[in-house]
Amino acid sequence: MPTADAVLRDIVLTRAGSEAGWVEEILEALRRGAPERDLHIFLGLAPRRLGKADLVPTAAELEAAEAARPGWRIDGWSLDGAARVLALLVHAGQRPFADRFKDLRRTSDVAEMIALYRGLPLYPEPETLHFEVGEGLRSNLKPVFEAIAHDNPFPRDHFDEHRWNHMILKALFVGSRLAPIIGLDERANSELARILREYAHERWAAGRTVTPELWRCVGPYAQDEAALSDLERALSEGGAGARGAALALAASPAPEARQLLEGRAEAEEIAAGRLDWNRLEEAA
Amino acid sequence: MYIDPHAHMISRTTDDYEAMAAAGIVALIEPAFWTGQPRTFVGTYVDYLSSIVGWERFRAGQFGIRHYCTIGLNSKEANNEELAEGVMDWLPRFALKEGVVAIGEIGYDEQTPLEDKYFRAQLELAKELHLPVMVHTPHRDKKRGTSRSMDVIEEHGLDPSMVVIDHNNEETVAETLQRGYWAGFSIYPSTKMGNRRMVELLKQYGGERIIVDSACDWGISDPLGVPKTAQLALQSGIPEETVRKVCYGNALAAYGQSGQMHESDWLDPPQIDQRTLFNDNSILRGGREPVIGDTAGTRRGGLIIE
Repeated sequence: MPTADAVLRDIVLTRAGSEAGWVEEILEALRRGAPERDLHIFLGLAPRRLGKADLVPTAAELEAAEAARPGWRIDGWSLDGAARVLALLVHAGQRPFADRFKDLRRTSDVAEMIALYRGLPLYPEPETLHFEVGEGLRSNLKPVFEAIAHDNPFPRDHFDEHRWNHMILKALFVGSRLAPIIGLDERANSELARILREYAHERWAAGRTVTPELWRCVGPYAQDEAALSDLERALSEGGAGARGAALALAASPAPEARQLLEGRAEAEEIAAGRLDWNRLEEAA
Repeated sequence: MYIDPHAHMISRTTDDYEAMAAAGIVALIEPAFWTGQPRTFVGTYVDYLSSIVGWERFRAGQFGIRHYCTIGLNSKEANNEELAEGVMDWLPRFALKEGVVAIGEIGYDEQTPLEDKYFRAQLELAKELHLPVMVHTPHRDKKRGTSRSMDVIEEHGLDPSMVVIDHNNEETVAETLQRGYWAGFSIYPSTKMGNRRMVELLKQYGGERIIVDSACDWGISDPLGVPKTAQLALQSGIPEETVRKVCYGNALAAYGQSGQMHESDWLDPPQIDQRTLFNDNSILRGGREPVIGDTAGTRRGGLIIE
């Protein structure tokens, strides 16, 4: 099975056109331990020489990425971003990876920072990157936050429960979708369900709407009366919120949840396979 | 469509961004400068540079305005030698970031030996990286300081067509143009240039190589300096073509020499930018007439905050 950097290399070189020779030459120099300055220059030149087009990966490339690194999705990557991550991967640096990463991150422009964080699942010594990942999660730049949170298996594989829960909460705060978060169901936990329910109460108290996706992380832990009554309320409000609440109730282990769903149109849709977390907004 | 090629947005509010977008500003350039109070650590300067290549660019994009910047050590802070030495080490790392269109704003403040030293060092950097230069001309002893800036630029072998001499006035413009430079004018109340004076200058000099900017910053200044000047010029009978040059085309031509600024950036943004970094400003393409209104005032006038 090809490694992640081999997969990325093929993806970049097949799209590099007349710059393929230049890319190969730099990669070889970096592999042999070229100074960091050469890496900096390549990172600066990548968008200038390769362009910033979306990768638009083929089905075979998507499969190869998934095989090399489960959960690694390259759908939203750009060519310059892919080349930057590749260069970082092949560079045989003198300093620990996390030190070099920190240096690059704190002098990066936005597109560069997005690329750096999208590459997280591929880097060596992932446990040394927690501080850097925390800086990215705290960023006010939504696309930087999403470079970590969305289509990236790093949080699922390496975050402790506290960080995971706060990433989900921040996603809701900044208006990011939850569906693209890898491991959303696997990493659900009772503490997160509690936090999210309290968040829903705050929203209701302020007269604001509650994102229906929120209930996805609540459902499996909705057992007591209070949690079920929250879902009942969401169900009564109709629309996408009700669809989310119905899906959450369907995932609840409590027998009362079945009763709440009885006779609801949403329950029939779920049974018929027409309603799931990726189709919340569709009209019934 | 307007470009404001000198605006220190890090000091401005979202109301300003809204007003600028509504008035038809599609792109702006944020020159690295001093933030009203000198920095005393190299690290704060580095983080400042990081903000203008990153955060501020993103913030502008949310209002449908394309943000570019210039990278440099300004003349005031060049007088702190320890700081200046540290910052000079970091500049090459920032000069090739996306959207960096020049080395600047650099030049003289009090015309001290240290200012001279770092001005020259940065001219060399610009030459090495083939980047345009934005020159800040001094407020005091302006005429001599402006001539001296151009002398030094020529001594270092830079092509005047790669250099914008900014903050010109009636006393400096003739020499700046005659020596082949781009001549910037900052429409900044009380200190630099007023827009009625600017219109008179346009009558006298036409639009070749003249660039209008607002230089808005943390002081009492107007982020609508460019669109207001454009409107006043049109009302005063300056040909539309001239107005378009001085409020849009010339800035694009001068700073576009960096290869980092293209009309397509705002007219046809790359897909990936549209998804992540740039909220399309429907005013640009919807054909709606730009409005020079006080949207900030309108907002302050409403009682309800949701």
